[in-house]
Amino acid sequence: MTILRTALAGVALATAAFAQVDLTAAESHGEQNKDFSKAELHVWPVQGNIYMLVGDGANITLQVGKQGAVVVNTGFAKMSDKVVAAIKKLSERPLQYVINTNSYPDSTDGNAPVKLSGTTITGANVTNDIRDSREGAQILAQENVLTRMSAPTGKKSPTPPDAWPTDTFLGKEKTLFFNGEGIEIIHQPEALTDGDSFVFFRRSDVISAGDIFNTDGYPVIDVEKGGTIEGTVLALTRLVDMSIVEHEEEGGTLVIPGHGHLCDQAEVVEYRDMIAIVRDRVKDAIKRGLTLEQTKAEKLTRDYDPTYGHNGYWTPDMFIEAAYKSLKPGK
Amino acid sequence: MIQVRFALTALLAFASIALPAFAQVDLSGNWNAMFLEDQPERIPGPELGDYLGLPITDANRLRADSWSSSRITMPEQQCRVHVSPYIFRGPTNLRIWEEKDPETQNLVAIHVYSQTYEQNMVIWMDGRPHPPEYALHTWMGFSTGKWEGDVLTVHTTHIKTGWIRRNGLVESDRATLTQHFIRHGDIMTHVSIVEDPGYLTEPLIKTQDFRVNLNYNGNWLYPCESVEEVVGRKEGEVPNYLPGQNKFLKEYEAAHPMVPYEAARGGAETMYPEYQKKLKAMEAGGKK
Repeated sequence: MTILRTALAGVALATAAFAQVDLTAAESHGEQNKDFSKAELHVWPVQGNIYMLVGDGANITLQVGKQGAVVVNTGFAKMSDKVVAAIKKLSERPLQYVINTNSYPDSTDGNAPVKLSGTTITGANVTNDIRDSREGAQILAQENVLTRMSAPTGKKSPTPPDAWPTDTFLGKEKTLFFNGEGIEIIHQPEALTDGDSFVFFRRSDVISAGDIFNTDGYPVIDVEKGGTIEGTVLALTRLVDMSIVEHEEEGGTLVIPGHGHLCDQAEVVEYRDMIAIVRDRVKDAIKRGLTLEQTKAEKLTRDYDPTYGHNGYWTPDMFIEAAYKSLKPGK
Repeated sequence: MIQVRFALTALLAFASIALPAFAQVDLSGNWNAMFLEDQPERIPGPELGDYLGLPITDANRLRADSWSSSRITMPEQQCRVHVSPYIFRGPTNLRIWEEKDPETQNLVAIHVYSQTYEQNMVIWMDGRPHPPEYALHTWMGFSTGKWEGDVLTVHTTHIKTGWIRRNGLVESDRATLTQHFIRHGDIMTHVSIVEDPGYLTEPLIKTQDFRVNLNYNGNWLYPCESVEEVVGRKEGEVPNYLPGQNKFLKEYEAAHPMVPYEAARGGAETMYPEYQKKLKAMEAGGKK
């Protein structure tokens, strides 16, 4: 039912709104203009049924098994041929689900080509009534991801309809059971945006954290899209709570970050603590009556910049600005 | 004659390939830490605000200034392990053994088990490469070793973020470690050299000594279970000090009046003998 609902909504939005794709948002993440012909895609086994695909763009999580494949995020479209080839190499059966953890271009730009490499298992009247219902994998995401990727009737859509989620959820989470394990897509409200999710592969004991957690940059909080630094700290605290260490704060649940290296709970704690500390400093700056420019001038992230401050598309100043705007009373 | 020459050549060729795989010195056994260097820092623990003699960057100094010891009351911090460059400095015993290939008896790895936190550092001796950067980082990191004469030299990468001093000074997950294990009879010297350009302006070099223990072979377990030490802590709260507001940083100065505050702030220059001149100039200028 949700597939049908979203498909119909998608058709309506597409015909009315889609005239020109706006890549401004994608370009703002700085990697659209790279020479992807030379870019490599690395496949790294994580544990259980899970692999991490590492290339230019966001990390991609791949689950394979008897039923087929699931990917969490799709990276940049220019890498999609390599992503599809990697999926086909590891999975004898087709891709059935794409899950988006947010609407950011480096996570969703490859949605359309990757989706088209897969299939949707349908039956009964769905197969008969909707001619293309089996074409392409389903794209699952929290409802606000669709809202951010599409546009109301008469408005220009930021992404093409083929890239939009085909099935969305509104509650706290959506669950699947696929390839012998439970999969939870857990909404994290007011984190980077209003539509972020973690994806928890329960049997493999791996969490795909999306861009809420990175090892090489500050969180890209988009205040205009409902993101807050407080919500990001709370989301990361939930991620800490969800993960169970094997021994001495190491191993056990593994966490695939949006960008950077494979992690366990310890790195999530480190990242959460860093953001909470910067949050406290920005709160104090606001309390002292500092303007945004004065707050930036204080260089409140300078002790963490050696680790997180070299990300060209999201500078320390941009992070501070997002934090400031999300904490300023009357935001 | 040709056959003899061929046999010698083959033998030399075999030896040149096989030699690096065989230990020059056997490090196997149980080793107790001796605490000949930096005992006050290693056993009672360092004082807050004491960064003396460490080549830290400004970023590292602020990390430590902001650090609150209440942070280690958080459940997820309580069982955190000392990372590989630091664990050798703690109150730990070591058990070292060699892993041999059962078919060839070539040395595959040297294992260094640390009693504290039950950590096992595997030093791969079989020439395998280090994993890619995106692989998992661990407390002990990924190590490969080679014999340089009688010295075992080890290169370690993929280390998690951890201490360089137990008062908030850090090394990042980009740090690399070079280790030398040097045996002198019953004594073994361990040399660690940490490089971390973001947080250290120069390599941080430390040594520590161990004595072989022939009479003890304990189980050396380290069970650690985190508990709720502070009830009612708000979700998302992380203890820390705002810049310039850590009043405990002056405690060191009060306890050690002969050490000027500027010296306690550390930095590469405080490592070298030439710093004595600057200290005298401070003294002449009216600073303690």
